[in-house]
Amino acid sequence: MLRILPLGDSAITIEFGNEIDPRLNAHVVGFAQAIVDQGWSGIFDIVPTYRSITVHFDPLQWDSAALVDRLKALPRPKPGKAEQRGALHEIPVLYGGEWGPDLDDVAAFAGLSPEQTVTLHASTRYRVYMLGFIPGFPYLGLVSTHLAIPRLSTPRTKVPAGSVGIADRQTGIYPTVTPGGWRLIGRTPTPLYRRTNPTPFLLKPGDLVQFRPIDREEFDRLSREASDEDH
Amino acid sequence: MMDRQRCRIIVVKGGWLTTVQDLGRYGYQQYGVPITGAMDRFSAIVANRLVGNSDQAAVLELTLKGPVLQFERDTVIAITGADLSPTINGSTVPLWQSILVPYGSRLSFGKQRTGSRAYLAIAGGIDVPLVLGSRSTHCASETGGFQGRPLKPGDILLCGGNSGELADRLIGKRLPDRLLPRYERSIPLRIIPGPQQDFFVKQSLAALTEVTYTVSPQSDRMGYRLSGPKVVHKGSMQFISDGTVMGALQVPQDGQPILLMADRQTTGGYPKIVVVISADLPLAAQLAPGDSVTFTPCTIAEAQRALRMHRTQLDAALPPINSSFLCR
Repeated sequence: MLRILPLGDSAITIEFGNEIDPRLNAHVVGFAQAIVDQGWSGIFDIVPTYRSITVHFDPLQWDSAALVDRLKALPRPKPGKAEQRGALHEIPVLYGGEWGPDLDDVAAFAGLSPEQTVTLHASTRYRVYMLGFIPGFPYLGLVSTHLAIPRLSTPRTKVPAGSVGIADRQTGIYPTVTPGGWRLIGRTPTPLYRRTNPTPFLLKPGDLVQFRPIDREEFDRLSREASDEDH
Repeated sequence: MMDRQRCRIIVVKGGWLTTVQDLGRYGYQQYGVPITGAMDRFSAIVANRLVGNSDQAAVLELTLKGPVLQFERDTVIAITGADLSPTINGSTVPLWQSILVPYGSRLSFGKQRTGSRAYLAIAGGIDVPLVLGSRSTHCASETGGFQGRPLKPGDILLCGGNSGELADRLIGKRLPDRLLPRYERSIPLRIIPGPQQDFFVKQSLAALTEVTYTVSPQSDRMGYRLSGPKVVHKGSMQFISDGTVMGALQVPQDGQPILLMADRQTTGGYPKIVVVISADLPLAAQLAPGDSVTFTPCTIAEAQRALRMHRTQLDAALPPINSSFLCR
């Protein structure tokens, strides 16, 4: 079940399974922490994903085979411990309108009203499976099958920062302006990535996210507060 | 506050793509932050050692068409990597050795002769703020480097100064000829079987080593799109995104491979059939659109031996100021 796959001469991927599943991802997050806890020098990045961990090492300092042995010898995290919950974050979102230009399309796809769509999206407590794509971008899941709309066939060239999107059974938040193909249903005033902060990233793998629908007034107020904090 | 010991460099022309880079931004990949850093780590390290810097000091990476820079103080520099025909006040500048640039000089570049990326190290390093532990520029997320972007006219770079005594010791220091890389328009790259070989039809790996791929114009610091014979997937197996590494050859459904480079995303949704060995990445970094590559099989043990041998030879010729590789 656990596969160790060489990724060139400077990284190893440990694969725990082949599905998007919260229990599997909890094992991934727990084992990644166990590697971090070893404090081995010459290991410069440990990257948990949905169902695997990539360990990046200094090839001048580590022999790939020796590292595999050390990784195999690590105690596997106990299921109870591995499934400990990460921090819960409430993320306020202004849904629809210019902030969520694809909400009506998602609603049509689901056969629901826009209001029902918002309620459904905001009623699930999502897991941060991993971060990737751009700094601070969380892959959250799983989205209700009703809302599992495919990506746009032509990505937008500019997605505004804070946009909340859906792609299949994943939902995510764009921390900065970037091209992107996810269907945008709303926008959050909460910054996910503050590059000059001592703790630049709001979310980490294993955390939980609960979206809370807000109105225009609250969105504007929270946006002002966030920008005041930055200055 | 102006420090008298520091050199000011005024950017007169930015060049095609001139960015501040170091050996990369490590420790934040789990938050989706790409490594970035110099595409050709070897040339960046050599440039730094020639001017008495630590390997991790920030350098300029010049792409195909270099900038025009005005130096506001006597300083020692070294240019390595691609030959982009550098001149100081009209006189040709030798590559791979440290040289004195007198106050008021203008460094310009001309025709691209060999390679595609040159590295300019300045004694004391380029003084830009550390962002998430690195001075590398990631243009896509406007992170690090000089205001998160390529240089443009009017920018002023500050560089750490060095004493005149040190400068005297540095001038004329050079990389021995036997260690000079040779940049060809067609190169072999050694490969290790990748983590998702089982996503491809049986003969794919062998077939890959028998054909030539061309670097397409859709190539940048994130990756090179290669054009050539299709690498055939076994049906349309769903692949769940996982970790990536510089040098990984990922293959989308269209069968045209993409060689992932310094600005690659931390995770990717395409299966990776092979990975180019670390020792060959500096040569891969010097490829330009229209150049071609072939692939030669290699083992991990051979790859690590090749890298260590390169490093031992380099350390003997130009001892490091700070010995760690990639890590800070």
